[in-house]
Amino acid sequence: MSRTTLVEAPDEVSVATPVVPRRQRPARRWWRLVSPAALVLGWELAARTGLLAAEKLPAPSDVLVTGWRLSRDGTLGIHLLDSLTRAGAGLLIGGLLALALGTAAGLLRLGDDLVDPPVQMARMLPHLGLVPLLIIWVGIGESLKISLVALGAFFPIYFNTYAGIRDIDERLVEAARTCGLGQAARLRHVVLPGALPSLFLGLRLAIGAAWLSLVVGEQVNAQTGIGFLMMEAREFSQTDVVVLGLLVYALLGLISDLALRVVERRMLTWRRGLRAT
Amino acid sequence: MASRTAGHLSATEPVLTAHAVHRAFGPTVVLAGVDLTIARGEVVALLGGSGSGKSTLLRILAGLDGEAGGSSVVHGTAAVVFQEHRLLPWKRVAENVGLGLSGADGPGRIRRALAEVGLAERHRAWPAELSGGQAQRVAVARALVREPDLLLLDEPFGALDALTRLRMQILLRRLRAEHGFAALLVTHDVEEALLLADRVLLLDGGRIAAELPVDLGPTRTPDDPAFGALRRHLLDRLGVPTT
Repeated sequence: MSRTTLVEAPDEVSVATPVVPRRQRPARRWWRLVSPAALVLGWELAARTGLLAAEKLPAPSDVLVTGWRLSRDGTLGIHLLDSLTRAGAGLLIGGLLALALGTAAGLLRLGDDLVDPPVQMARMLPHLGLVPLLIIWVGIGESLKISLVALGAFFPIYFNTYAGIRDIDERLVEAARTCGLGQAARLRHVVLPGALPSLFLGLRLAIGAAWLSLVVGEQVNAQTGIGFLMMEAREFSQTDVVVLGLLVYALLGLISDLALRVVERRMLTWRRGLRAT
Repeated sequence: MASRTAGHLSATEPVLTAHAVHRAFGPTVVLAGVDLTIARGEVVALLGGSGSGKSTLLRILAGLDGEAGGSSVVHGTAAVVFQEHRLLPWKRVAENVGLGLSGADGPGRIRRALAEVGLAERHRAWPAELSGGQAQRVAVARALVREPDLLLLDEPFGALDALTRLRMQILLRRLRAEHGFAALLVTHDVEEALLLADRVLLLDGGRIAAELPVDLGPTRTPDDPAFGALRRHLLDRLGVPTT
């Protein structure tokens, strides 16, 4: 008697919410590195052969050497720390405010009526366009940079907190009520975990906005920070330092995004369904 | 709407008394004065067509509807099983069963409740990993673990496939024999009502239009001629031609 396989068993069971993208074969993944590598190589060659003038765009190897030099003498560390402090303070202030107002608007009808309309109106203002007004209000010092970051971080967190709370399945809240959960317990066991995926999305967008605000803010009369480093270098035509600054900004964005992804994956195991256990 | 839960119990007192329950959505009157009493350990099926207000009535009795008129009192504790399992996706099965559970030996009670629905080994699973029938059994365990005097069942097996539904009906009969809880079973399935209930109520036009004791004994089967006669009678009352 021969055995017949009617349907090939699938290798992996697909989950309703595919969070993890399909893993690509290693060969294909390496293949994707070819064009970026070629670009960097071409850039290096063009700079070395003098096709690119060094004051316009220095070779990537020169940028790395500059980076190494500035890290060794501690300059880069000092400026990086200042930039990180500004980003952290701004994110904290803007994020907490957004979290509080978003929760009030999401949970309470009164909060929705009072808070949401002005926030919706303010959203239409490009916050980077507020720089002149902010300079008049808070001056050109540290508070300007932090205010800009806080403003940039506020909106994504506010909207995603609001949406996260509003999108919670009312039936789950009801089921929790029949299990005897009071208001506070429902917030803790149903609303907070239900809104968490949305909160993470908001935080990721906020961090992106924070870096962007920092770039702009640090070009206004800064005495420290990566932006200051770049502005100063421009005055002395140190193009390698300018490019290095850009590289640092890009790396900051990349690292913060990756770190948040790791935290998100840990806290939202339940979303991965079948893969989790 | 006076909906309250009375703490003290006595053997003769009914487990649920509802009087003149009234509910309207705008100009549409869904419940026009429903009186209902359920004795301790009695299983009552509430039959009705779709839109007859049977789920509305159950939600009122469960204390989930603050805008209804009339009074309803549960003497003791009540637990609800909905048509959808309504498990929290971010809590593992055991945490879902133990949601809001207070008192001593929580983990032991959760374990026993899961064992009773045959899912003891799945306590670490996420709800997304369960089949529809398994998830509904977890929902039953979540209700059972509270040792309710009254179980409110809102078409609990309505979303399951026919075979799973039969298994769940058998499970519910066994659990009821073991625990002796009273139950109000909202359903549109006449056979299910006759298999599980001691008494069938027919909801029509916002009122209890008919009441029918089901004297079929503890071991019932649809093959019983008496079962068939009752079934035909109820289908007639529901306006379904059975020729």
